[in-house]
Amino acid sequence: MTRTRFPIAALTLVMLADARGEDLVIRNAKILTVTKGRLDGEILVRDGKIATVAEKVMTPAGARVIDAGGQFVMPGIIDCHSHIAAEAINESSVSVSSMVGIEDVLNPEDIAIYRALAGGVTTANILHGSANSIGGKCSVIKMRWGKDARGILFEGAKPGIKFALGENVKRRGSAPETTARTGTAPPAFLRYPATRMGVEDVIREAFLEARQYQAGWKEYRDKVARGERVQAPRRDLKLEPLVEVLENKRLLHAHCYRSDEILMLLRLADELGFKIKTLQHVLEGYKVAKEIAAHGAGASTFSDWWAYKIEAWDAIPYNAAIMHKKGVLVSLNSDSAELMRRLNTEAAKAMKYGGLTEDEALALVTINPARQLEVDHRAGSIEPGKDADLVIFDRHPLSNYAKVQKVLIDGEVYFDRETDINKRAATAARRQALLDKQRQQQLEQKKGAARRPQ
Amino acid sequence: MKAALAFTFAAAAFGQELLIRNVNIHPVTAPAVANTSLLIRDGRIAEISPKIRVPKTVKALDAQGAHLYPGMIDSATNLGMNEISSVREASDISEIGDFNPQLRTLVAVNPASEHIPVARANGLTAAITIPSGGIIAGQAGLMHLDGWTWEEMEVTRSAAMHLRFPVLRATQGLLRGAAPGAPVTFAEMQRAHQEQLDKLRLFFENARRYQKSKAAAGPGFRVDLKFEAMLPVLDGKLAVLINAAREREIREALDFAQREGIKVILSGVREPGTQIARIKSMGVAVIVGETLALPLEEDDAYDSPFTMPAELHKAGILFAFATYNTSMVRNLPYHAAACVPFGLPPEEALKAVTINPAKIWGVADRTGSIETGKWADLILTDGDPLETRTQIKHMWIRGREISLESKHTRLYQKYLARP
Repeated sequence: MTRTRFPIAALTLVMLADARGEDLVIRNAKILTVTKGRLDGEILVRDGKIATVAEKVMTPAGARVIDAGGQFVMPGIIDCHSHIAAEAINESSVSVSSMVGIEDVLNPEDIAIYRALAGGVTTANILHGSANSIGGKCSVIKMRWGKDARGILFEGAKPGIKFALGENVKRRGSAPETTARTGTAPPAFLRYPATRMGVEDVIREAFLEARQYQAGWKEYRDKVARGERVQAPRRDLKLEPLVEVLENKRLLHAHCYRSDEILMLLRLADELGFKIKTLQHVLEGYKVAKEIAAHGAGASTFSDWWAYKIEAWDAIPYNAAIMHKKGVLVSLNSDSAELMRRLNTEAAKAMKYGGLTEDEALALVTINPARQLEVDHRAGSIEPGKDADLVIFDRHPLSNYAKVQKVLIDGEVYFDRETDINKRAATAARRQALLDKQRQQQLEQKKGAARRPQ
Repeated sequence: MKAALAFTFAAAAFGQELLIRNVNIHPVTAPAVANTSLLIRDGRIAEISPKIRVPKTVKALDAQGAHLYPGMIDSATNLGMNEISSVREASDISEIGDFNPQLRTLVAVNPASEHIPVARANGLTAAITIPSGGIIAGQAGLMHLDGWTWEEMEVTRSAAMHLRFPVLRATQGLLRGAAPGAPVTFAEMQRAHQEQLDKLRLFFENARRYQKSKAAAGPGFRVDLKFEAMLPVLDGKLAVLINAAREREIREALDFAQREGIKVILSGVREPGTQIARIKSMGVAVIVGETLALPLEEDDAYDSPFTMPAELHKAGILFAFATYNTSMVRNLPYHAAACVPFGLPPEEALKAVTINPAKIWGVADRTGSIETGKWADLILTDGDPLETRTQIKHMWIRGREISLESKHTRLYQKYLARP
């Protein structure tokens, strides 16, 4: 895959000094804690963590001070569904691709990370694509722009896996005559399943296999514990992540649209003994909100996308509000490098469509996705003990007129609007220098060619 | 049947009067007026004054301090032409062939499309609907978002000729893997680009020959529908809507427009660069490319889509926002709002979804602002319509009260009530 590996903006962005170990005080801030209401005051950050949130904090000697100038501070935004910072998304050759994982293809130089930062996002769930019933493993990252692939991983975050139902999964099973009629390119080969019935079958078969595999290992471990000398079962990298799902060690994020397939997966999970951590997209979740809440699955949805395909035909912007009112833990996600940059105003749509309160709306892009990713002890609200992942907005973040001024992750400033603006002239000069150099080379090549004898 | 529900309130507005009292009016073309009244008569704004005298029989609405704005206009959509974008049968946007100036979008607008009430629910009262496909795609139409038929929706059947100006974009084939048979090397792309430009020039040349031979009315003259449709373009009566995003494309498009002596409106403008001065001096209006979009290049400033419209404003260029969409037309006000924190004055953002498009599409004498004599294309809100949290409470199109119900509100009510 060819792509520009070193965006000029990246080169010219100078990372501010490592703030770990240094105290930081954010003063004069309207603090939207999300979980504990609003407080006009100060935040003390120590060792990258929020130490104190109060009207007035003790400023330690030598502490760095950021004067928020009366602006708003909210917790870093969390996107529960993204595909940025990855060199590949879909291993679509097989219907069960649980052996592959996003962690192996993370690209920390994707400019989308910086752009997401500039929109106030500090954490994202990077998912495998939706081409298969059981997709690949997911990674939770922090937008630590400038760090390497290991450095952007949200250390300690529980691993996840992507499942998918519906149209995207079936597409590989569509016969050429069907695809010709719909105007889509026929798949290079046909792959089971071609129907929602087949999707259920693929998942059931895989879990039955995984349970057998799990039992084999249990038997082996029991024997070893009894002092027996036995050979270990052969490792199966495809089934291991499914066993982790069965043992609640890996979070299951399931792409879904229609209410029938949502219900199918809920019932399948009950039958096979696993939990669905989040239903992703879940555009008809509002039709089966009761059943989703009863299973305890979270729902991570779009604010207002609809009608881009048949299974999105009944999508409504009230989805988040209905599910929330019926007891489902809901988040709003982007699934898009573009939309990701303005999840704060996406949250405002849940106030418009369904009448959520400000705090409920903000929770959709902060504490709720943190809970869905089980990182809520570290992120998602402004509370002592949590990572200092903070965003300073010049106006209330639920306003379309607000823009991000600064973003901190672990107490370090990773985005600063003023710094960004100050670097622009240098970026433009560098771009021009590269263009000039290229033109010069072309001219010399032409001269060289002209001198060569015919 | 469902779509018909939306029109149950839409009784003929002629001979009817409605007084909206206790309202804050934002005319857009003048400063806001607090606590006043507005009278709608025969579909038009008859009077704006704190003291309007009408007989008691006239229907009155106490707005209770709500805000009245002109309805918003989206300057690039596929409304009515496309129900589900992934389904071929549900789309009538793109015709086969390079040159189809004779095609008109309005005749393919489905007045019962579910997308129309959804767009209305957020304050849109009119939209341009555009064909795309080939080089000259056909005629864009301007329509009100209300009517039993497309004929009743029609404002301007032929609002502009849509020219999809051939562009040279190296990234398409060179970096992303070209389709079989498509040009791969840069030289091949330049050649293909030049061929398209030549075709376009030839088409205009032939249209002019046709114009001459028609004027000469010599023996053997035969009507050609394609060239016939080009006559208003050649006469400078019909504007050509030209897609051009980047500086080079805009330069080429403006060169073309000057050479052919045609009236032009630029659309999809993203990075005009030095061409801004020329756009201004040529008096060309601009439909801004999507602002809720990523920057075009990796090393562009992260906020470049949001800062560009302020540059157009500073240069004194007439511009409007657009969604280039069907299902997301309702988010038009947010395309405008996104530019406000990045330098566009909020009142200019609002103009760019109301009076500016009305001017660009030649209907500013009838809509786009709250002034007496204009159509009563109005929305009553609880706040600034560019803010997401604002609710639209009432809508009138040509004085008819329009239901704000849609497929979405119906499904909301239905499933909220599920036991």
